[in-house]
Amino acid sequence: MGSLLRNQKARNALLQAVFVGALGSLVIAGALIARQNMAAQGITSGFDFLFKPTGWEVTFSLLPAKPTDPYWWYFLIGIINTLFLGAFGLVTATLVGTVVGLARTSSNDLARLLGRSYVDVFRNIPLILQVFFWNALITNLPPPREAHEAWGFALTSRGLYVPILNVHGLAFAGATLALLAAIVLPIWLGRTTRLDSRPEQRRPAQLGTAVLALAGAVLILFLGRLPDTSLMSVPALRGLNLQGGLRVPPEFTALVVAIAVYGGSYIAEIVRGGFKAVGKGQVEAANSLGLTPWQVFSCVRLPLALRAMLPILANQYVWLMKATTLGIAVGFADFFMIVALTINHSGQTLEAIGILMAGFLIINLSLAALFNRINKAIALKGSQLRG
Amino acid sequence: MTDLAPPAPGMLEDLRRRFFASPLQALVSLLSLGLIALVGWKLLNWALLSAVFDASQGAEACHRAAGACWSVIAARWRIILFGLYPYEEQWRSALACVAVVAMTVLSCIPAFWTGRRIAAIWLAGTTVFYVLMKGGVLGLSHVGEESWGGLALTLFIFVATCLIGFPLSIVLALLRRSELPWISRTTGLIIDAVRSLPLISILFTFAIVLPFALPHWLQGDKLYRVIVGSALFFAAYQAEIVRGGMQGVAHGQGEAAMALGLSYWQRVSRILLPQAMRNALPATINQFVISFKETSLVVIVGFFEIIASGNAAYGTGEWRFAYAEVYTFIAFIYFVFVFSLSRYGAFLERRMSVGER
Repeated sequence: MGSLLRNQKARNALLQAVFVGALGSLVIAGALIARQNMAAQGITSGFDFLFKPTGWEVTFSLLPAKPTDPYWWYFLIGIINTLFLGAFGLVTATLVGTVVGLARTSSNDLARLLGRSYVDVFRNIPLILQVFFWNALITNLPPPREAHEAWGFALTSRGLYVPILNVHGLAFAGATLALLAAIVLPIWLGRTTRLDSRPEQRRPAQLGTAVLALAGAVLILFLGRLPDTSLMSVPALRGLNLQGGLRVPPEFTALVVAIAVYGGSYIAEIVRGGFKAVGKGQVEAANSLGLTPWQVFSCVRLPLALRAMLPILANQYVWLMKATTLGIAVGFADFFMIVALTINHSGQTLEAIGILMAGFLIINLSLAALFNRINKAIALKGSQLRG
Repeated sequence: MTDLAPPAPGMLEDLRRRFFASPLQALVSLLSLGLIALVGWKLLNWALLSAVFDASQGAEACHRAAGACWSVIAARWRIILFGLYPYEEQWRSALACVAVVAMTVLSCIPAFWTGRRIAAIWLAGTTVFYVLMKGGVLGLSHVGEESWGGLALTLFIFVATCLIGFPLSIVLALLRRSELPWISRTTGLIIDAVRSLPLISILFTFAIVLPFALPHWLQGDKLYRVIVGSALFFAAYQAEIVRGGMQGVAHGQGEAAMALGLSYWQRVSRILLPQAMRNALPATINQFVISFKETSLVVIVGFFEIIASGNAAYGTGEWRFAYAEVYTFIAFIYFVFVFSLSRYGAFLERRMSVGER
């Protein structure tokens, strides 16, 4: 035994076995105790509960949902809600961040002052406080009868009312996909190597697919029109409430605004850092070539800054995606809230937490993988990156 | 000899060059100026000019005024800062907060930056805080954790998180850098798993789910379980920062130490960690800042910290309309803490980059 401990290899193997074994037995012991406790409460462990009806309602859902639906359907609704909120939050935060970040890098002292005050104020206040604030602000707005109305939009204590097309939900989803295709396909056609042998066909192919996809979107919307209704549904006051249009619930609006404002202040700093990382020599060279200020910005500074920003931006997006879990603070039915409600109602604690972990792991990994691909695709080749 | 330098521009000329050099510049300047004036005037009018400060007239006076109703703060500041802490004993809660602030300020002074001194300051500060808050000794009456609240609870959770999380992060970073593949891989897996989860889900798991998986004698109070969860989350992020700092230490340093016959612990504590911590300092301060802001999330698992006590302060009867004032007050408190800490971090970063040149 003594000689075994003096042998480096044997000692290392023993050390590792003890470390992994101790951690493993901790986890197993915890799981066993949990099973025992759950059995004492009459809950059978396992994933059978996924196919049982939930018996409770969700407050927000893009898909049809009723209490007789099984748990797996509710989890799906939760994930879609989280992605939906996340997508809105990411886009608005990026817009805010770009504007503020550009203001911060501007040569104008006043614009810089504005950008800096924005970042200093909103970055230093916790996100959850901002969510509570916006939620309180919206729910304290005047009731529908005295709503703030403009251009068919109405802002009331019951949420934001926006005008929508009178179409079936599925048609709306289909049209959104077609619109996405109208943007993505031309970009893909511009980059694919398959057309390298026939470069003159690139432009027509891009134009053609874009027009086709747009026409497809219009067609889908036309086919999906609800019969016997006007083209647009505009919110209008009937009695004590607003009828027509689409009601965006206060909690969703509050979350999007808070994520846009708070995330925007972080993204502004990333944008600023990206522009700071562009080598001085590059800008000077561009200036001395006689490029106009706009050309220097759009052809030299922006593309280089974008490449410097992207990896940090990806981290920020993953962070913002996780921030959607704040939905539970104001009652928005995001993925985490569905999991918490499931634990409350069914008692399937370990399984629900496992599903939560798996869900976020998948979301985060796919975001990271997507950004890695973009990063690789736009990375500069060779040694042009010297400042 | 004639002076070849161009004549210094007059004030008007200087203004023109700075703000109206081109039409676009002029537009940006005017827009910014307009925005600053508008927002500045609205804020000034709301917060000071039309505001009500006098608490003696109660909520009625506020209904007539157009501006902020600061009398809600005058009437309710005790509940926001101290929560449900017994009224006569609230001086203890205030003193405890001062102790934490003093501890933080002390640990920002470079003279205290040795492992032993920092540890001593933080242990002393936390002990003072704990004794003041909990009582039961030195003639102080006993106050259980369930009645802690407001700012004091926020600070306690933050300090305890750092106190547990920081050493844990160093351990995790060392384990992840271990040469034994199974140890480094398992640690890496744990760190990555924790980092991929939202903090709320970890707090929720520790507060509500963990009692199922623990034997009774190990469950402890919900407050301490949540602190352990948030410390684990802090440590997972901080471990990667520390690891980054360790990677910045030149290989030769470790080899030289080994050649001198230093043991593993001597190498880690005398050679590796001091240099790694120096490399990691700016990112570490940043992590403290983030962690302080995220402490606010415990409101979701049902703690009466400063945001929850703020909700309670305007949530009852007569003050129901005064949410903006209460949230502004809390935001201001967070701002003071977070802004000074992050300014300090930026100052350190500048100072250290000067040292490297």
